[in-house]
Amino acid sequence: MNTHPAFHPLARVLHWTMAVLILAMLFIGVGMVSTVSSKHTWLLAIHKPLGIAILVLAIIRLGVRLRFRAPPLPADMPASMQWVAHASHWVLYALMFAMPLIGWAMLSAGGYPVTILHGWPLPPLVPAHGALFGWLRLAHGVLAYVFFLAILGHMGAALYHGLIRRDDVLPSMSFPRREPSPPQMSDAPATTQASAVGTALPEQPPEAQPAGDPASPGQGDAG
Amino acid sequence: MLALGVAFSYTAGWLAPSRLSAQRIVDALQQNAGWHPGYRRNHAKGVCVSGYFESNGAAAAYSVARVFAQGRTPVIGRLAIPGGNPAAPDDSSPVRSLALRFDLPGGEQWRTGMNNMPVFVVATPQAFYEQLLAARPDPATHKPDPARLAAFFAAHPETGPFLAWAKTTRPSASFATQSYYGLDAFYFIDAAGRKHPVRWRVAPETADHTDAPAGPPSKDDLTDDLDRRLAQGPLRWHLLVTLGAPEDPTNDATRVWPAERPTIDAGTLVIEHAQDQASGPCRDVNYDPTVLPHGIAISDDPLLAARASAYADSYRRRTGEEAHVPGSAPAADATKASQP
Repeated sequence: MNTHPAFHPLARVLHWTMAVLILAMLFIGVGMVSTVSSKHTWLLAIHKPLGIAILVLAIIRLGVRLRFRAPPLPADMPASMQWVAHASHWVLYALMFAMPLIGWAMLSAGGYPVTILHGWPLPPLVPAHGALFGWLRLAHGVLAYVFFLAILGHMGAALYHGLIRRDDVLPSMSFPRREPSPPQMSDAPATTQASAVGTALPEQPPEAQPAGDPASPGQGDAG
Repeated sequence: MLALGVAFSYTAGWLAPSRLSAQRIVDALQQNAGWHPGYRRNHAKGVCVSGYFESNGAAAAYSVARVFAQGRTPVIGRLAIPGGNPAAPDDSSPVRSLALRFDLPGGEQWRTGMNNMPVFVVATPQAFYEQLLAARPDPATHKPDPARLAAFFAAHPETGPFLAWAKTTRPSASFATQSYYGLDAFYFIDAAGRKHPVRWRVAPETADHTDAPAGPPSKDDLTDDLDRRLAQGPLRWHLLVTLGAPEDPTNDATRVWPAERPTIDAGTLVIEHAQDQASGPCRDVNYDPTVLPHGIAISDDPLLAARASAYADSYRRRTGEEAHVPGSAPAADATKASQP
């Protein structure tokens, strides 16, 4: 097959679905804590079930990421850039799990029912404790800003790959190229180098690669 | 990306500092009363109470909420007086409040925050905020400027029913003798999914014999009285639910419904114990009136979302102060009462 290295279609669907949901979630969150209008009520009513949905999708996504190897980064990427790419994907994955779990734990610490389905609250993750709520509430807010900035950085990186480097990274998460076409001739060496990198980076623990979505830094998470 | 950043900032309210937000309301409360770390930003002075609600099943025809099936539901409550000063004297206002959290089977909750007046002062969050600004203490006298308050009330005729109540009501010497009104309208949802507009209150079994304190009011009359009464036995209130007619306003807490509307006695609230709010079970409870079980729903009253949002911010601040999280102390100028 002449297909360029790309993420598994399921990984791509998950990526773009979650990109939309997470961005919506961040806007809902920052809006609902500010507004005193009736928007507060319905935004909050969306925020909680959507958070749990994102958590479930994150679990599936991690499974997919572990099952289907991510395409390697272009071999001509400087090592420092590769490191940032891998680290940023670790951060994004960590936040996908941490934000819903902290939100859930925070409501538990505040003694609130965690209402997802009306009438059937989720069990508390931690016992009710005001000071613990104080810490978790702070973490939930601060990490939301971190998440938003990480996504902006991720989008910037994707655009850098897509528009400036014009490598395989952005297509690997969007519409993978079928054949090397003339403008991408330069990719050919890149591809071979990339696979070389794949083998040249054996220090990357196998489970780490998937979880970190490392290869995808640019790869796709064109976000 | 820039557009995304701008949109995010707009949503957060950073680009529109004049937009009314939960933070601005809570800031105003905090400026009026001073900074009292760890305390609620309003109704700061209070006492935890606990007991149960004994439902007689009469409301079950109108709401599927499990709290209305016959039987007992544990309750954690709080009796309080208004204002953000936890050391305010008990006779500083005629307003008393009772907040309740019913702990239903299966982890559901019903939270309600009630006051002893049948109507709220204002109908909208914006008017509430303006009232806070008008009531800001003068730095010279440490008291609100009567002229500014008068101007506010003159500009807000909807405050009339509350003012009439306040004029004729002396600060009670007991929490036990007061009726407490849910203020906002809600909906009960029955087994067929029909929505019934309702308002609720609790009416005391304790008769109000001597409303005026015997001697000069002491600073903590109300908790002393409560402890004295509870030492003799539990205190009881009846939960009365008024069924609104389709034409009754559900979005205006300043207007009472006609007196002839049918009222159901849904059961008895029994308060058995009181505990200091610093160590009692109500301390870490945010009595957000929009925390409701299946079978009760919010109405279109604009105060409800504002209460939920502002209470959440007050709760965030005081739990952060309790935990000493970074940034939990306000900027120095916000700790002192100051002119806007």
